[in-house]
Amino acid sequence: MILAVTIWLITLVTAVAFAGRYWWFPPSAASHGAALDGQFVITLLVTGVVFIAAQVALGYLLIRYKDKPGAQASHSHGSTKMEIVWTSATAILFFLMVLPGQSIWADLYIREAPADALQIEITGQQFAWNMRYPGPDGQFGRTSPELMDDSAGNPVGLDFEDPAATDDLVLPTMAIPVDRPIELLLRSKDVTHSFFVRELRIKQDTVPGLMIPLRFTATDTGQFEIACAELCGLGHHRMRSFIDVLSEADYQQWLADMSE
Amino acid sequence: MATLAPPPPRTEKPERRRPSGGGRGPTPPHGLGFGGEGGGGAASLPESRYYTGMWLGLAGIVMIFTAFTSAYFVRKGLSDDWRPLALPPLLWVNTLLLVASSGTLEMAKRSYPMPRPFQRWWIATIALGGLFLAGQLTAWQQLAAAGVYVDTNPSSSFFYLLTASHAVHLAGGLGALLWLTWRLFRGGLTKLAVGVTALYWHFMDGLWVYLMLLLVIWR
Amino acid sequence: MSDTHAVHHPPPSGFIQKYVFSKDHKVIGIQYFLLALFSVFVGMALSILIRFNLVWPGTEVGLLETLFPQGAPGGIMTPEFYLAMLTMHGTIMVFMVLTTAPQGGFGNYFLPIQIGALDMAFPTLNMLSFWLTFVSLVVLMAAFFVTGGPPTSGWTAYAPLSALGEVAGPGLGTGQNLWIISIAIFCVASLLGALNFITTVLDLRTKGMTLMRMPLTVWSWFVTAILGLLAFGVLLSAGVLLLLDRTLGTSFFIPGGLVVSDQMIDHTGGSPLLWQHLFWFFGHPEVYIAILPGMGVTSQILSVFSRKPVFGYRAMVYALFAIGILGFMVWGHHMFMSGMSPYSAIAFSLMTTAIAVPSAIKTFNWLGTMWGGRIRFATPMLFSIGFVSLFVSGGLGGLFLNQPATDVYLHDTYFVVGHFHLIMGVAAIFGIFAGTYYWFPKMFGRMMNERLGKIHFWITFVGVNAIFMPMHFLGMVGNPRRYAELTAFNFLSELEGLHLFITIAAFLTIAGQFIFLANFFGSLFKGEKAPVNPWEATTLEWTVPSPPPHDNFDGKLPEVHHGPYEYSLPGASKDYVMQTESASRKEPV
Repeated sequence: MILAVTIWLITLVTAVAFAGRYWWFPPSAASHGAALDGQFVITLLVTGVVFIAAQVALGYLLIRYKDKPGAQASHSHGSTKMEIVWTSATAILFFLMVLPGQSIWADLYIREAPADALQIEITGQQFAWNMRYPGPDGQFGRTSPELMDDSAGNPVGLDFEDPAATDDLVLPTMAIPVDRPIELLLRSKDVTHSFFVRELRIKQDTVPGLMIPLRFTATDTGQFEIACAELCGLGHHRMRSFIDVLSEADYQQWLADMSE
Repeated sequence: MATLAPPPPRTEKPERRRPSGGGRGPTPPHGLGFGGEGGGGAASLPESRYYTGMWLGLAGIVMIFTAFTSAYFVRKGLSDDWRPLALPPLLWVNTLLLVASSGTLEMAKRSYPMPRPFQRWWIATIALGGLFLAGQLTAWQQLAAAGVYVDTNPSSSFFYLLTASHAVHLAGGLGALLWLTWRLFRGGLTKLAVGVTALYWHFMDGLWVYLMLLLVIWR
Repeated sequence: MSDTHAVHHPPPSGFIQKYVFSKDHKVIGIQYFLLALFSVFVGMALSILIRFNLVWPGTEVGLLETLFPQGAPGGIMTPEFYLAMLTMHGTIMVFMVLTTAPQGGFGNYFLPIQIGALDMAFPTLNMLSFWLTFVSLVVLMAAFFVTGGPPTSGWTAYAPLSALGEVAGPGLGTGQNLWIISIAIFCVASLLGALNFITTVLDLRTKGMTLMRMPLTVWSWFVTAILGLLAFGVLLSAGVLLLLDRTLGTSFFIPGGLVVSDQMIDHTGGSPLLWQHLFWFFGHPEVYIAILPGMGVTSQILSVFSRKPVFGYRAMVYALFAIGILGFMVWGHHMFMSGMSPYSAIAFSLMTTAIAVPSAIKTFNWLGTMWGGRIRFATPMLFSIGFVSLFVSGGLGGLFLNQPATDVYLHDTYFVVGHFHLIMGVAAIFGIFAGTYYWFPKMFGRMMNERLGKIHFWITFVGVNAIFMPMHFLGMVGNPRRYAELTAFNFLSELEGLHLFITIAAFLTIAGQFIFLANFFGSLFKGEKAPVNPWEATTLEWTVPSPPPHDNFDGKLPEVHHGPYEYSLPGASKDYVMQTESASRKEPV
């Protein structure tokens, strides 16, 4: 009896805490955010109903079938029919829920970036982010690991013998224009990191040896924190930077300021 | 640490008869639980367990080499630094030695328990197995003399890794053969022990042929 | 003890052979259990440090400096010490507790008895498995005492962080090497154990013990052993490759052109993702290795204490196999954000969804078992009910993480930490507790204290919900996992209250575990003498004395006539029918 009530209470508190949104995602600032959040809510609804139903049923059984003098348990080995019904019901329910979500993923990770997407190269290192803009010529210059030198102010190893490299802009924080497709090119120079911006609903490991593209479009301006989401060493918890989402005019101004 | 305890007796304790006498006992009723084919009804630890255990052990070994193989293909396919390794020709001789040892062991197994032919084939197997391991070591030395070490190239890393892993397993088999030889002269060698050891040995032979094909075809 | 017994199967004489290097599966089972008990308290102590540092970073504690002069200079924990504790917590809990206690402990002790065998198929190998596990634990613990301390790369040891050595961070030198060696030894021990378990089930069943008459505990140990046999070899291989990268200069996992702390790394062309694939090919089956025995114990106990047959026995067996097989095809769901092909992410996602189906079958059938029963609320039953509740809570959390779209946000946040602790941590531990309270009388001949058991249950059940449910909220706010301190980010400051709540709940829950410890050791010496069959259960272990004699059945192997769950059979004299009862006495319905 107490156990049943406890289970129900835990269920109630959990359900209220989820539904009340006391702790929740920050508002989305990316074009795919609404779909992603929607998929989360759908999943929360479905699993929430299953969660409450299962826990309530568990508590009910504990009260209803508590051992009492004179009670007789039924001798049943089960029912194949019920077995088939709930197996297929679960399968249908869960797959119906999961399948539509795959297209959100495909939009974000499989579709090619539009040709006019703004490319920014991000290089993770213990424990900082390096953001590289191609500069006025629109081309990323050559880099080489031999030239990487934090103390000399060349963390990504720009090779200044390449003319395309001379105007490249390497910064510890970044800014992007709102409502323009962005393509991040994610790299790492030492261990695996993960580029995570909550408001933009993006996360992608930066893997040494690979260059991984990540495409999105920001829909709201603001300043957001960039976090590292993959254990990368003792400074993992302070591997932080900022991304400013600016209006097109502000962005151009920012770019001009930074290039000086 | 394990040696503090006596070695496992291969010959089992005297077969125990079930006290409940002859007959197969009452047939299990249907409808209660799930009747069916009937279990083993082992009176003691049955001998069949040695073959079962060996097959399962081989399955475990297969997984180890499966992981190595997939790592081989992934590492080879994803990189631009893979340089094919020129295998020392001696490996072909070694391969012949090992295949031959499987043959001699099979002859030994078939001639069991006739003492003379059994002993002859048995000793030949051990000699061939030992020669194989010595040959593998020589092949390593040849490669090292040519300046090819474990960290020279991924292809050489895998070569040393695969040959060493195989050699460790084969050395275990050779150890079993020697241990059984001791039992042969001391008395107490059983057909079962010979059979299970032969299964392992044949498997190691097959594994080596597979590794050879891997190293030759996808080098 | 009869004379025939002494002739046929003499028990060993001498302390060492009887209790230390014993080949008796029962002694080995208890050894495994005690090893896990020691480890779980070490692991819990580490979680105290972890939770403490998250809430009160930079606090000076004199005791810490005495204990860990390297990790807490001046009594203040360093971030690398936090990561070392986190790595050791995960490694100890996953390998030394969740893998050993349910399988090596209870499986060893009760599998042979439940199928009517004298011992495991290979007693010497069994002994070797345990002692290798012991050596593995010793090697792992040694990492606390070497320069640089334990590794800081997490229990998943992602390369290249784990492959580069000292240059990438403290603990990644000697500590990481010891970690790999420990895990490799553990793999060998587990492989030997797995083949022993499978052989025992296949070849040593007594007369009448058909496959479909085996208790579900035996089925779960059997499937777990199959998973172990196929998974641990892969981890062993991966460990060997990692060790070669670290010591002999090979480049399996380390790509070219790395610059760590302004130092060029002399490696070329390796693949960090290769490590992740190999690790998770082992790692995902491993979580089923941890939870399946708990499912078996729960099925067993729910039936015994509901006085009803297991609902859908065959479906339960098939579901175990379905989970086991699918468990090998879903490892990629740990890697959605890793840079793996986005197409394969979809395949892994759908495969993972498929696992929810057999899991749901199990849940339904547990409820079905209680439905129409006469439920007796003894401590083992409480923990089994808790298992079902936690399995539901934890399992449903998985449905957010198996979808790559929602996983984009939730991956590597506390949502994941909450999810896996609920299901493979706490639910599995509830299975272990249920098993302990259930089988203690048989193992040690005395009953555990029921009142203390219930207090322990209440604290633990409420406590773990209070610890791990709120972690989902942390994840929804975006709190990344494995952060030593939460001070560097603005958005984490709003979570201080929730973190404090979790820490307090954790401390209270951990305190409650000492009630269990007191109950365990107190009952060992002072407990009420246990009868042969205190729970009125039907399986074979309840036909022999408590504790059982050296060869389990005192020279007379049992003959089985019934399935394992014949409760409340209409017309029977009592409400349960032992598996050994002769069939002639009653007619099947």
